[in-house]
Amino acid sequence: MRANTWAGRNKVKVRDVPDPKILNERDAIVRITSTAICGSDLHLLDGYVPTMQDGDVMGHEFMGEVIEVGRGVDPGRLRVGDRVVVPFPIACGACGACAAELFSCCENSNPNAGLGEKMFGHPVAGMFGYSRLTGGFAGGQAQYARVPFADVGPLKIESDLTDEQVLFLSDILPTGYMGADLCDIQSTDVVAVWGAGPVGQFAMDSARVLGAAKVIAIDKEPYRLQMAERAGYTPVNFEEVDVRSRLLELTGGRGPDKCIDAVGMEASHGSAHVHAYDRVKQAVRSETERPHALRQAILSCRSGGIVSVIGVYGGFLDKFPVGAWMNRALTLRTGQCHVQRYMKPLLQRIERGEIDPTRVITHTLPLDQAERGFEIFKNKQDHCEKVVLKP
Amino acid sequence: MTQLAIREAVKARQDEIQRRGRGLGWMSLGLGMAQLAAPDAVRRISGVDDSPTSRMVVPLVGARELAHAAGLLTSRRKSIWAWTRVLGDAMDLASLGVAIAHRAGRRRRRLVGVTGAVVGITVVDLLTAVQATRAKRIGTVRGLREGGSMELTATTTIRKPPPKVYEFWRDLGNLPTFMTHLEEVRTTGDRTSHWSASPVFGKNVEWDAEIVDEAPGEKIAWRSTGNADVPNTGTVRFGPAPDGVSTEVHVVLSYDIPGGALGKAVARYFGEEPHQQLDDDLRRLKQVMETGQVVRSDGAPWGKRARKEFPQRPAQPLSDAELAKGADA
Ligand SMILES: NC(=O)c1ccc[n+]([C@@H]2O[C@H](COP(=O)([O-])OP(=O)(O)OC[C@H]3O[C@@H](n4cnc5c(N)ncnc54)[C@H](O)[C@@H]3O)[C@@H](O)[C@H]2O)c1
Ligand SMILES: [Zn+2]
Ligand SMILES: [Zn+2]
Repeated sequence: MRANTWAGRNKVKVRDVPDPKILNERDAIVRITSTAICGSDLHLLDGYVPTMQDGDVMGHEFMGEVIEVGRGVDPGRLRVGDRVVVPFPIACGACGACAAELFSCCENSNPNAGLGEKMFGHPVAGMFGYSRLTGGFAGGQAQYARVPFADVGPLKIESDLTDEQVLFLSDILPTGYMGADLCDIQSTDVVAVWGAGPVGQFAMDSARVLGAAKVIAIDKEPYRLQMAERAGYTPVNFEEVDVRSRLLELTGGRGPDKCIDAVGMEASHGSAHVHAYDRVKQAVRSETERPHALRQAILSCRSGGIVSVIGVYGGFLDKFPVGAWMNRALTLRTGQCHVQRYMKPLLQRIERGEIDPTRVITHTLPLDQAERGFEIFKNKQDHCEKVVLKP
Repeated sequence: MTQLAIREAVKARQDEIQRRGRGLGWMSLGLGMAQLAAPDAVRRISGVDDSPTSRMVVPLVGARELAHAAGLLTSRRKSIWAWTRVLGDAMDLASLGVAIAHRAGRRRRRLVGVTGAVVGITVVDLLTAVQATRAKRIGTVRGLREGGSMELTATTTIRKPPPKVYEFWRDLGNLPTFMTHLEEVRTTGDRTSHWSASPVFGKNVEWDAEIVDEAPGEKIAWRSTGNADVPNTGTVRFGPAPDGVSTEVHVVLSYDIPGGALGKAVARYFGEEPHQQLDDDLRRLKQVMETGQVVRSDGAPWGKRARKEFPQRPAQPLSDAELAKGADA
């Protein structure tokens, strides 16, 4: 089959690889009809998340048709012919973490758990196309994919919604939603979202449907800020204004009640000096993150507020504003998304028309043009917000 | 040297490196604190108090030193952290070089003095880094190779009640499904059994064992009998977890590792962090009990061989040929 693979730092290549096969009894094979490129793929692309290998099949946002199931798959749950969206964390459904609905921390789905444990203290779940730390599973930017624990994760789509309407249930819609969900949003809340990428846009939509009084979008790309503004959110361009002062202005001096970091480890900073400092530290690996958005979110949040982190971080950072966090009674919440927890309720919101996930799609390309897709998405060319690939 | 003497010598060398690493750590801490707390004093002493850039650079260098200090003082992996110091030294020497080129008189003299000191520090850093890297290579494995006894402990929690987990373990034939070093365990009597090691542990290594103590649902203890190649004992305890549904499993294994070729093979199997093997065994026990099978991925397709497969194959589907050849290809 054709598949998009990692080919060294900042290089992807669509190549021919073998078709996937059933390796465990509860596997299914899915013929992929739509897949997408995610901001997380960019962290893998440039090697900031370690342990990628030449030839790794990338991609963790995909959907399609079940063409084969292992003999351990409960036919009441999944059959050949079903149309499914596949959540990116692989979860067994039976361990302590799964029982607590912490699916992205599943204790059984990562064959390289020992590696993850070294890096993170405790291991994390297996994930598709997401380095060896998360198990070394082939990803979904391909014609076919093997899906372990197929009777647990995949969500059957029985209505006639289009691929584009449901594809993002695999990751970014639940992720954005979890970012807002972790904020315990009240009807009086002003919610500020750092990052107007696809994840940030969905965090804003979710803050809206959860009843926030006002939603603020922070980014530097004018076209992404315009997309947020068209959806009803207040744009703040961090290259043009001082974010903290602008946020104080917008909140009568209180600061946002809830702050969401939808940027992650590769943030850029309005000040070239500060950016250079963290960039150098990241390059010599004495710090693995560029945590500008996170630092700013913590310093901006009102006392007693919640900072919710869905942007991905991989290792260590310094100059963490621990004093602000502690003295001002802030709550920090975070996690890789527990996608399985949110898929069904979000599907219902899509069916009811409360959220329109298609609004972020700017490009649809054949799988064979994945390389170009990565390039325009990474470099914010051609007003690119989200790329969907068709195998 | 006798086996014991070799082991002592290796250990003494490692202790020395740990000590020197800690020394450098304290130095980084002092330097970093000074640069952050009194940057102006540091700038004056170094002769760069005339430059506005140094006002920004000195605290940054201070922050870097603190990171080194944290690494050197808290991590046993001194080698990596020692190398980051060498890198830092190189950066400092470069900026000092630039600074000297632009100055004369008193400031230049001070700068030359500081540069001399940094060169000295660089030599010590380089030495420590090189030695720490070497010591890491010979470390534990050499110690084990010469024989001796080794005790491993590990623990996990499984979401099944204690009687279920006990029952699975008590059927000793199940052990090879999750323990990498076992190929087969055959029950030969009520309390006796015959064990064969997998080739990764040692070719044609077999032994008889007997259960010496057991309490249903709670505990099993066993030991090898007769003339075992690798005499060993084991105990596993099963206790209820606080959640009321799960079992806490505690395992202790101990091995008398012989000298010679077999000892070498066993040492290679356990590698630098022997307890990891048992940790991984228990992770797989948990997978089997909770999900029915050991989990496979494209990068690590052979289940309990996962750790032996580093560096792993790429995360892309296996070809028919690879699949047909199986784990031993
Ligand atoms: N937690 C999860 O489960 C999960 C799932 C998917 C994605 N993610 C993460 O979410 C993050 C965003 O993903 P995406 O697909 O939207 O990526 P993206 O790269 O398209 O979006 C990031 C946006 O942040 C902006 N940005 C950079 N620096 C900033 C700063 N200092 N302040 C404000 N904005 C800044 C960029 O201009 C860009 O528009 C990534 O880190 C990704 O890995 C997490
Ligand atoms: Zn993603
Ligand atoms: Zn699980």
